[in-house]
Amino acid sequence: MSTPRYLGFDTLSLHAGQQPDPTTGARATPIFQTTSFVFRDTDHAASLFNMERAGHVYSRISNPTNAVLEERVAALENGIGAIATASGQAALHLAVSTIAGAGSHIVASRSLYGGSHNLLHYTLKRFGVETTFVDPRNLEGWRAAVRPNTRLLFAETLGNPGLDVLDVPKVAQIAHEAKLPLLVDSTFTTPYLMRPFDLGADLLFHSATKFLGGHGVAIGGVLADSGAFDWEASGRFPELTEPYDGFHGMDFQEESTVAAFLLRARREGLRDFGACMAPTVAFQILQGVETLALRMQRHVENSRKVVAFLAGHAAVESVNYPELESHPDYALAKKLLPRGCGAVFTFSIKGGRPAGRKFIESLRVFSHLANVGDAKSLVIHPATTTHFRMDDAALAAAGIGPGTIRLSVGLEDPQDLVDDLANALRASQKS
Amino acid sequence: MELSVNGRKAYAYTGGRPFEASLPTVVFIHGAEHDHCVWALQSRYLAHHGRSVLAVDLPGHGRSEGPALTSVEEMADWIVALLDAAKAGKAALIGHSMGSLIALECAARNPTRVGGIALIGTAFPMRVSDELLDATRDDEPMAQDMVNIWSHSAYAHYPSNPGPGFWVMGENLRLMQRQKPGVMHADFVACNAYANGATAAAAVKCPALLVLGKRDIMTPPRAAKDLMNALPDARKVEIAGSGHALMAEKPDEVLDALAAFV
Repeated sequence: MSTPRYLGFDTLSLHAGQQPDPTTGARATPIFQTTSFVFRDTDHAASLFNMERAGHVYSRISNPTNAVLEERVAALENGIGAIATASGQAALHLAVSTIAGAGSHIVASRSLYGGSHNLLHYTLKRFGVETTFVDPRNLEGWRAAVRPNTRLLFAETLGNPGLDVLDVPKVAQIAHEAKLPLLVDSTFTTPYLMRPFDLGADLLFHSATKFLGGHGVAIGGVLADSGAFDWEASGRFPELTEPYDGFHGMDFQEESTVAAFLLRARREGLRDFGACMAPTVAFQILQGVETLALRMQRHVENSRKVVAFLAGHAAVESVNYPELESHPDYALAKKLLPRGCGAVFTFSIKGGRPAGRKFIESLRVFSHLANVGDAKSLVIHPATTTHFRMDDAALAAAGIGPGTIRLSVGLEDPQDLVDDLANALRASQKS
Repeated sequence: MELSVNGRKAYAYTGGRPFEASLPTVVFIHGAEHDHCVWALQSRYLAHHGRSVLAVDLPGHGRSEGPALTSVEEMADWIVALLDAAKAGKAALIGHSMGSLIALECAARNPTRVGGIALIGTAFPMRVSDELLDATRDDEPMAQDMVNIWSHSAYAHYPSNPGPGFWVMGENLRLMQRQKPGVMHADFVACNAYANGATAAAAVKCPALLVLGKRDIMTPPRAAKDLMNALPDARKVEIAGSGHALMAEKPDEVLDALAAFV
């Protein structure tokens, strides 16, 4: 026998988790638009409920279309499995609620998407889960923030809004020394640009709304598990290592050496919180996943051209992209993100808020909206939109300047993007 | 549950119900570089359908104390010692791959103790290529990749194992990575060295069931032919669309075959 090899990334993007439908021969993944699934008999029903047989019962818990997406993302991430959720926020909540509860503590990067920050800083606090926010670049800060009741370390692979590159191997090491898992939000990088499990992360999630789906048509999330974290050895996770009265007295770690987290997340979190993905959404996200590699290559190529243009423009104060030597994580990005640093970044325009407003309103190809990771190029000016109530000092504390513009570079002809930006920059500087 | 076998801590999953020695006992024996959780669905089902189940972690694997045993014969004797420790009487033995050889040898050595054997993904001789054997000793990650790729027949499984949303190749790789260094080599050496299969098969007094994957390239159905012929009372079930990782690739079909047998 010759030395075997796994299927490559592009092939897995198209095939992992799905074969032609055995009943109809359909080559594409069918949308199983059904709430529920018929039992063969009463014994079959009982054995499905008791996890003696694998199968689908009710689409809040699992669905065949969703399962294809889950298994495909797990394959692309080199994980053991995944759970599709109603949104990226639902994926983060499912991760946290599976292993943390009242009295628990989280250490999180302070460079987070605003929605994640809201959940951790305000909402989860109401439920007794406290979070300490740390500078993601300060490794000692991570270590010092861990408490006896800490359950999780959490950060984004590329932080928001400064594109801080997370040193995944080092933060994972700190987490593991404390017998804790590291959860990362991989939305900006996707498995094409970084596979955090290969670098030591234990859990990850995506806002699949963004690059996985890639076309701005569906809201969804995916939570994946590496299967590598030893919950039993940690001793901090009775939710996974002791019998759970809420599900047949199951000790999830005993049930599966590697799958305890996902078993509990599905059997408790999806069942009780119910933030599941609709099968049609799973289908839509899958269409994006099939071309993920191609799209990410083009996203990165276009971003590099746009970054180069902006970096040399007189109306631009600074460009914040980790492939530029001026970025504090330039060296780390070269090591951890050799295929590119994604397609979402910020730059600062000269002239503050008025110039920013004029710039945004002069763009014709870029769309002014609050999303990223679309095939179409997107733009937002935080100082006049999402953060318009803040004065300049408060903006600075959030890492945002009055002239900060966030771009999400799409798949258009890059010259059209550069021309559009050039025109808008010119307009922004006219008094 | 935890037992003491030959003075060392041994673990057996009991299928989510307390072990009761008064019920018919079924012992599940995993293959090389694995542990009890490869049987999660089948063992849990039988435990909730009138049997008492011991899905073991062989010495040095999973939660059982090491070191790993180095021959199939030693492992067969360990199974009987485990039955003694659990105060179980006669038992049916279900083994996968290396575990099937252990079940076979154990049945031959203990005709009054073993009431039936189900051999899943089995072959005799169970020769291991020099390339793989060397890799288990010199480059465990490479050996794990080789076994993982050769064990699976497809990149999609319905409805997956232990349920929807699991990527079985990723799970299998991670499970192998969880075993202690050196265990893989000990297991594969034991499989390769086992020479008593034909003699043991002829000596087996109980019924035997062979469950084979039609697309298994590790232990292809043709490699079980001699075993099938040598066993006095054997029947076989061939499962379409399955490679060597039968419990992961076709969990329902394996369970149906087992439930009809034990």
